[in-house]
Amino acid sequence: MQISMTVNGNDVTSDIEPRVLLVHYIREVLGLTGTHWGCDTSNCGTCVVLLDGQPVKSCTVLAAMAAGHDVRTVEGLASGGTLDPVQQGFMEEHGLQCGFCTPGMMLTARALLDKNPHPDATEIRQAISGQICRCTGYATIVRSVQWAAAHPAGGDSDADADEVLDGTDTVIKDIPAETKDAEVKA
Amino acid sequence: MQIPAPFDYVRATSVDNALELLSRHGPESRVVAGGHSLLPMMKLRLSRPEWLIDINDLYELDFILRDGGKLRIGALTRHTTLLESEEIAALFPIVRDAEAVIADPVVRNRGTIGGSLCQADPAEDLSTVCNVLGAEAVIRGPAGERTLAMAEFHRGPYETAVGQDELLCEVRIPIRPRSGSAYAKVERRVGDWAVGAAGAAVTLAEDGSIADAAVGLTALGLDHTVPGTAELLRGQQPREDLFVAAARLAADSCDPVADQRGPIDYKRHLADELTRRVLRQACARAAQTQEG
Repeated sequence: MQISMTVNGNDVTSDIEPRVLLVHYIREVLGLTGTHWGCDTSNCGTCVVLLDGQPVKSCTVLAAMAAGHDVRTVEGLASGGTLDPVQQGFMEEHGLQCGFCTPGMMLTARALLDKNPHPDATEIRQAISGQICRCTGYATIVRSVQWAAAHPAGGDSDADADEVLDGTDTVIKDIPAETKDAEVKA
Repeated sequence: MQIPAPFDYVRATSVDNALELLSRHGPESRVVAGGHSLLPMMKLRLSRPEWLIDINDLYELDFILRDGGKLRIGALTRHTTLLESEEIAALFPIVRDAEAVIADPVVRNRGTIGGSLCQADPAEDLSTVCNVLGAEAVIRGPAGERTLAMAEFHRGPYETAVGQDELLCEVRIPIRPRSGSAYAKVERRVGDWAVGAAGAAVTLAEDGSIADAAVGLTALGLDHTVPGTAELLRGQQPREDLFVAAARLAADSCDPVADQRGPIDYKRHLADELTRRVLRQACARAAQTQEG
């Protein structure tokens, strides 16, 4: 069947089998591998994308069901080479280590901040409660979202470079702007 | 990689169109709304429909509407919408209690009240909620519309009165003055199925005594409300010893199974303790509520 939808502001049209899940459509047909594929059972939340602005687990949505709708993936967070404040927050506060859960976490954070620009830590924890991080830990993820809330216009990480004590942030900063966040996990 | 078996997909454009598609494609067709029960079952081949009829475009089924003495909720209303509705929280706090612990926030963006009720999973929360609130289910089919009490709608695990060629369209909850309700669940972690849960709805008389009460249990082996609860409580002023007696009734009525979520004794203990808590809270809420 033929489906059309908007992904990160671009109109896309594809011929697919009806049984193709949105996560596989995004990764394999559109080549946007920033959306990760994890548990397959709508538990882990690494496949979260925004469907009409709302976080959904794309392993449990058919691509056909998303047709006619607006999809936003992690690749659509940055604009014109400028990171979304949420992405910047994850850099500033060490919100990722292996990076596997990161795309989903950041999209849920983006949707939360769009709805509630000043969430408290409990609200952030509730918002990400359907998503699992198994390495960095939730404390720094919560702080990352808080950083984004405190810097709605984002910010230049260089300005804060003196505060960065470990090398991780330097490595992340050195990745060229055109490299998508999918690779930041490396 | 878990992928459903092949099927044909069609989007319904209206309730009439959905019914027509269900009739045309017969028993091998299934309706999909949020998809968070059906798609996992299809991945596991527990369900293999040949036709999937997507009703997500039926905005006519996505509403919360006060209509005289009833609150009407469209079957396509998402869990998130129910959780965030101030009107529902004021009228039926049990709904917000339950919605806050149904799956997780991301799943709640997709899942619908109609899907939950039709799936009728024994650990599904809204069946209990609708049971104790005395809700009705409005079902449409080729022969027209029929309205069933929840006790008739909900027939047991994974079984409802909705026929293959029918669609649950709406849930209607009676608005009663001086009423309160509450829900409490024990789960191992966010998004897991309940170990056990209890819901209560109470209506007080003008003198503050209990005029009507219902208790329901989730995942504890009781499909309908706890029998004898209203008879036990009616005419009495809310008191702790009454809650204890009603909780014992609930614990005696339930029939939990031992599984990885706990042994029978523990689950029976939950039926007892959670019933006390929800009755206590439902009565307190009813006492605070003047208007329905």
